[in-house]
Amino acid sequence: MTSGTAHTSVGAEPPDSPLELTVNGRPRRALVRSHHTLLEVLRTDLGLTGTKECCLVGECGACTVILDGRSVDACLVLALEAAGSDVVTIEGLAAADGLDALQQAFLDHGAAQCGFCIPGQLVAARALLQAIPEPSRAEVEDGLAGNLCRCAGYEQIIEAVLDAAERQARPAAVHAPERASAPKGPPAGPDPASVPDARVAPQ
Amino acid sequence: MRAFAFEQPGSLAEALAILRAEPDARILAGGTDLIIGLRDGSILSPTVIDLKRVRELDASIVETVGGLAIGALTAMTEIAADPRIRARYTALAEGAAVVGSVQIRNRATLAGNICNASPAADTTPALLAFGAVLTVHGPDGSRQVALDDAFVSSGVTTLGHDEIVVRIDLPAIPGRVGSTHVRRTRRRGHDLASVTIACAVLESGETRVAFGSVGPRPLLRVDTTGILADPSATDAARLEILDDVFAAAAPSAGSMRASPEYRLAMLRVLGLRAVETARARRDGAAA
Repeated sequence: MTSGTAHTSVGAEPPDSPLELTVNGRPRRALVRSHHTLLEVLRTDLGLTGTKECCLVGECGACTVILDGRSVDACLVLALEAAGSDVVTIEGLAAADGLDALQQAFLDHGAAQCGFCIPGQLVAARALLQAIPEPSRAEVEDGLAGNLCRCAGYEQIIEAVLDAAERQARPAAVHAPERASAPKGPPAGPDPASVPDARVAPQ
Repeated sequence: MRAFAFEQPGSLAEALAILRAEPDARILAGGTDLIIGLRDGSILSPTVIDLKRVRELDASIVETVGGLAIGALTAMTEIAADPRIRARYTALAEGAAVVGSVQIRNRATLAGNICNASPAADTTPALLAFGAVLTVHGPDGSRQVALDDAFVSSGVTTLGHDEIVVRIDLPAIPGRVGSTHVRRTRRRGHDLASVTIACAVLESGETRVAFGSVGPRPLLRVDTTGILADPSATDAARLEILDDVFAAAAPSAGSMRASPEYRLAMLRVLGLRAVETARARRDGAAA
């Protein structure tokens, strides 16, 4: 997408609008153009480039973020629609004390090949496990149907999500690398407003 | 994307006033179609009106006298998950459950799916089969529109530019009912359909079959012979009825998704399956 500057044929471009929202637990504000999407604002205005820009028609899921608890394609949400909302991006997945169970499972299963789709896959999977903590394989396939992997690494991705669900459900039985704690519940970390996004847990 | 003014009216009156003042303004609910059009230039609009702060609109699903009223901001995710819709209006829950992907279903609204009037919309056959009625607000107040009277052709409805859908009513269905939504896609998962059918079999023996993706608008046909609803009817007897039901199907030759011949052939195959599934559900325990 272009930056949308000065090529309107329908009169003067509207002025920038103030936007306030919470991103990865941290209050953020920006002056945004009304025709800019949440994806553009996250990447360009807030510098959170983990959320990927790809198809821009809601088919590939590379731009998946969690908006008020539900996964959405950030390319299909205008930034101003998200005013006052709570947004979790890939940068907000890890807890202060380590990787999210999904991130660890993706590593353990070699689920990332080129890696481009992985932020979207992880965020979509996080939303899936929030809605269905112990999904069946079919539920994982359906839950991730909106996330394309052009390396076709679907098998490892599905296995990783199932494994992460298992680890969350039975943390004591985990034989994978030692984790300080299960990733559930709010972190007892520092004030979310004072640390970089990558260290802030989702709300 | 070209620049546009973004309005978030707090009331229907304000939203209608903006629509009146700006004939090319576009309404935004879920945005999963609109924003794609705004970005690719197929929709040019100086003003986008976001309905999500309009106080009279909501995402509720409430019980009416025997039926359900669905608020204009209700997303597919809610439709697919609602236990009352799943129990009594099963085909609608099934149709909503296959719209786009999880991400799309979390945003896309039922009202938006209706107003965009795609012939391949996954929810409109079920809504037609259940006799859905729209409540629409415009400059002259409120009016009700039977959904079957709303569709004209692809992207075209009888609703005015200065009208806003506020509610979708699913009327009561007398007695036991079974229904289903079936479709043909090129692949499993996120895809547009090349054939969509919703079928509802009523206790009275009436069978309602609505179908889309095979013409400029989804169509509803009602079988009152009782043959489709008869558990002992042969496939041949049902196909005779279904050939009448599907007689108006007119798939276009220009689609890249499927040829007209393929769509018509699949219509009969899926039609038979839909009828039998709906019939079995009607006759099963607690349909």
